[in-house]
Amino acid sequence: MTALPGPTPRKLGLAIDLDTCVGCNACVTACKGWNDQGYGAPLSDQNPYGSEPSGTFLNRVHSYEVLPADAPAQVVNFPRSCLHCEAAPCVTVCPTGASYKRAEDGIVLVNEDACIGCGLCAWACPYGARELDAAAGVMKKCTLCVDRIYNDNLPEEDRVPACVRTCPTGARHFGDYADPDSTVSRLSAERGGMELMPELGTMPVNRYLPPRKKGVEQASPLAPLLDIRAAGLAGWLDRVLSRI
Amino acid sequence: MSQPILNLSPAVSDEVRKTTCYMCACRCGINVHLKSGKVSYIEGNRAHPVNKGVLCAKGASGIMQVTAPSRLRAPLRRVGPRGSGAFEEISWDEALELAVSWMKPLRETAPEKLAFFTGRDQSQSLTGWWAQNFGTPNYAAHGGFCSVNMAAGGIYTLGGAFWEFGQPDWDRTRLFVMFGVAEDHDSNPIKIGLGKLKARGARVIGVNPIRTGYNAVADDWLPITPGADGLLILSLIHCLFEAGKIDLEYLAQWTNAPLLVNEAEGPEKGLILKNAESQPFVIDRRTGMPAPWDGTGVQPDLGAVWEGHRTVFQHMAERYLSPEYAPEVVAVRCGIPAARIRALAAELADEAFNQPIEIAQGWTDFRGNRHEKMTGRPVSFHAMRGISAHSNGFQTARALHLLQIILGTVEVPGGYRFKPPYPKPVEAHPTPNFVAVPGKPLSGPHLGYVRGPEQLALKPDGSPARIDKAFTWENPFSAHGLMHMLIPNAHAGDPYRIDTLFLYMANMAWNSSMNTAKVMEMLTDRGEDGEYVIPRIIYSDAYASEMVAYADLILPDTTYLERHDCISLLDRPISEPDAAGDSIRWPVVEPDRDVRCFQTVLLDLGARLGLPGMVNEDGSPKFRDYADYIANHQRRPGVGPLIGFRGNGDAEGRGAPNPDQLQRYIENGGFYQAHVPEEALFYKPWNKAYQDWAVATSFYETPQPYLFSIWSEPMRRFQLAAEGQGAIQPPDHMRARLKQAMDPLPVWYPPFGDEGTTGYPIHALTQRPMDMYHSWGTQNAWLRQIRGMNFLYLPTKIWEEHGFADGDYARVTSPNGEITVPVAHMAALNENTIWTWNAIGKRKAAWALDDAAPEATEGFLLNHLISELLPEKNDGMRWSNSDPVTGQAAWFDLRVRIERVGPRDQSEPAFGPIPRVVPKGEGRA
Repeated sequence: MTALPGPTPRKLGLAIDLDTCVGCNACVTACKGWNDQGYGAPLSDQNPYGSEPSGTFLNRVHSYEVLPADAPAQVVNFPRSCLHCEAAPCVTVCPTGASYKRAEDGIVLVNEDACIGCGLCAWACPYGARELDAAAGVMKKCTLCVDRIYNDNLPEEDRVPACVRTCPTGARHFGDYADPDSTVSRLSAERGGMELMPELGTMPVNRYLPPRKKGVEQASPLAPLLDIRAAGLAGWLDRVLSRI
Repeated sequence: MSQPILNLSPAVSDEVRKTTCYMCACRCGINVHLKSGKVSYIEGNRAHPVNKGVLCAKGASGIMQVTAPSRLRAPLRRVGPRGSGAFEEISWDEALELAVSWMKPLRETAPEKLAFFTGRDQSQSLTGWWAQNFGTPNYAAHGGFCSVNMAAGGIYTLGGAFWEFGQPDWDRTRLFVMFGVAEDHDSNPIKIGLGKLKARGARVIGVNPIRTGYNAVADDWLPITPGADGLLILSLIHCLFEAGKIDLEYLAQWTNAPLLVNEAEGPEKGLILKNAESQPFVIDRRTGMPAPWDGTGVQPDLGAVWEGHRTVFQHMAERYLSPEYAPEVVAVRCGIPAARIRALAAELADEAFNQPIEIAQGWTDFRGNRHEKMTGRPVSFHAMRGISAHSNGFQTARALHLLQIILGTVEVPGGYRFKPPYPKPVEAHPTPNFVAVPGKPLSGPHLGYVRGPEQLALKPDGSPARIDKAFTWENPFSAHGLMHMLIPNAHAGDPYRIDTLFLYMANMAWNSSMNTAKVMEMLTDRGEDGEYVIPRIIYSDAYASEMVAYADLILPDTTYLERHDCISLLDRPISEPDAAGDSIRWPVVEPDRDVRCFQTVLLDLGARLGLPGMVNEDGSPKFRDYADYIANHQRRPGVGPLIGFRGNGDAEGRGAPNPDQLQRYIENGGFYQAHVPEEALFYKPWNKAYQDWAVATSFYETPQPYLFSIWSEPMRRFQLAAEGQGAIQPPDHMRARLKQAMDPLPVWYPPFGDEGTTGYPIHALTQRPMDMYHSWGTQNAWLRQIRGMNFLYLPTKIWEEHGFADGDYARVTSPNGEITVPVAHMAALNENTIWTWNAIGKRKAAWALDDAAPEATEGFLLNHLISELLPEKNDGMRWSNSDPVTGQAAWFDLRVRIERVGPRDQSEPAFGPIPRVVPKGEGRA
């Protein structure tokens, strides 16, 4: 069993805006592309041109329908990846110490050299955020692009996870939840950022900003200028043009 | 416990090369990272005007496209029956000589027997110029089956439309309404724009039968019934007129609303009244007397009546105040309750008129009047194929532009803004050129904007000059041609037989054709003499698409990372409202196969054929390759494909060719921008500073100020012809339709697909997913894992009525045919609409996929249900399933009925495997 580090001085994570995410999957393939050539083993694909293609992804988008009682059906696009929990059950369950939470910034990682591919962590994760790579036989998961965010070889503005850099709608935000003035902390406070399944006690770091309320805006109805049937077109023209 | 020590600063790559994406038509800038000479990672270019660093799911998967096993590897010549897949590899010299041996006799005797059509091509200024010099009238790109209604509706009304022509003022708008927008165009810019609106809490409203993607994040959603958008828009206009919420000053100054409509019976009736100098005029409110339309200080009277002639504005009021457009009357047909229509009208009016915005920037209009500020109305709109792919799409696009105009939101802060070289009125565009003369080039470009019947592409005997019957009475304003009619007409020999069909990047044997199964038969059909009815087919593509099997000669193209290209101001540029822009592609990796950039091949063919402009005086090729053409071709003196780094390197817009131009583009990140001056940023059609800048930057030769055409004279000229006026007369059976469709004021009529639909109560649509672009990309190893098959989505009412359950298939029947396909339930739908994702379904064994790939087993096309012709009406005619104004393919008029057939594991119709021209893909490269 592996120990958690206790409270970390930084709590790096994502704020994902469900009011803005259009479900385009840009984050999915940017993540695949970066991490295929980044931290650890490549993200392999099995039978990529076959009848049942499959492969390893660290981030996937699911779309759900919501059926409010008093409004038309809605669609919510929901990107899912590791939430970098403070009480990460995937870490404590790891028999080799491969799965760990970084003491300095709270990122949950897998040390692939120590991973035996037993899959216990994936079983323990209630969010389904881990995938065992079929080619490498090691557990893969979101690294928050740990090889980007501190990378001196990248311009400073690019030191964010690949999914955040690519998101066309700007629905994904990266930052330090330990800093109350960070963008993610402020967004979460303003928009009622939600933890996923808080009742499980996993204490996820990532937050989801919920969809804003939808529906008709109550602008005051337009009043007719006059009774057009009575006044006729000429009357209407007189009234309209008298305003110039 | 100590934690592993990580290298947090690994080298990212050996080198970054900046080029332009081509995973869809969006043209984003990309940083292509290379390790050991191979592509290792692709990300968005932050400096690029289109995508500003972001990139979509397709773009980031481009790395799987340059290694796709479906890439063609060498030129191929057919050696067995067409469609049998029997090909032999030949050399490029053999391939080009074969093509020349087919084409040269045609050019010398009957150039129209070569039909050259391009699909999702972005080099139309080259391909069109080539076809023009060959001398065939039969050239177009794919706009006819894509969105010509949107383009032409905008040009004829505003002098520009959405996407490449213009976009919402994302930074200032506060209410944004989109009609019929899925992942059509513009992909990343719309997402970036929506992100900006969401970040500042601006309101977004979606009008769409389907609530996915952009409509899913919209703050309000109106589930319109397909084909009724125009009626909804005219009802909004009715509400705004009724309440007097219209921008009278804007209408009086910048539109033809104050011009007079000739009421005198005769050949001029309904045209704009002209004075003795043939100029339109207005009645000046200061004097009550006629005054020049462009006179300084004139105050046009919108309500004038002069010698019995009424203003356009009077005609507008009469039409749009009519009770037939009242929300209570249109609600059922639109599928939107009247109260919601009235509420939307109120929201539009409130935002436009109660919350105007001002920019402290003076400007001078074309009349010479000085304005001290720029006033804006922060309401904007966007629309795409959902409104345009109907047989009333042209008029619906016009109606939407009218709505923008009466709110005063076009070319103002917060509204809709043109992107250079637009605005550009009809008068600044060419008219169609179509007269084929053996051995000679055409007199000018093929595609243009018709002003009246005298510009129709008709032969002296009145028969169509073009194989696709573009610019005829059936569709007078077919500014993009009718690619969807090409193969059916060529097969029928109607209006005449052709010899060689030359296609580029167009999957006509599959998802780009209506009536796909029938088109496949046409491509292989033989006449009584045993010869193919379409004698020769030359096709260029980079991949083993479904179309490849039907070609006689295949010219394999490169992938987008292996080629030169220019995204040109002469064509479809990458401008923003604040800057004109163009860009290039360049080979960031070398091809590992015997393939060539199609445009280089086209120039080589042109040189071998001795086409004007492509050979030197001694007959030698004028251009080494496409790159040489991009840098050195001059369309007019000093004006070439790219505007940046001309002359000695610092000339913009106009200047001599610069041999270092492409290198300068590469150093600049692959693009160039010419920034619009501050004073010229808004009111572009009327802004003197903009007009002068546009002339300096080469978009116009002289300033082109104009008024928006609420009343369309070109349309009225066709109505007049239909009424019997003028020397050039339509056939009698066309008169009624022309009178209806060519109404000079925006109007709504039911889609033609609604006729004879008893028994077909359901509307059926397709839309494009954000992570796939037509057939390209479906073979992409990553993207197909996201969406490897498509379902037919059914609304709750239909799902429950028929007792559908998960895993079921449905039989879907239209007047044209039937398909049996997998279904899924979706509640967020118009209750009478079903839909599926476009072009996921594939033919077995195409695209180097396994025969059992889900795209080819359960995946399907709706195309089988759609005919390029309307059902028989027993009038002896066969009417095209197209918009009667532009000929746009009316894909979304489709009506069907549905029945449950229970679980299956294969969609119908199922076609046998297509012969493979490349081996089946195995592992990832």
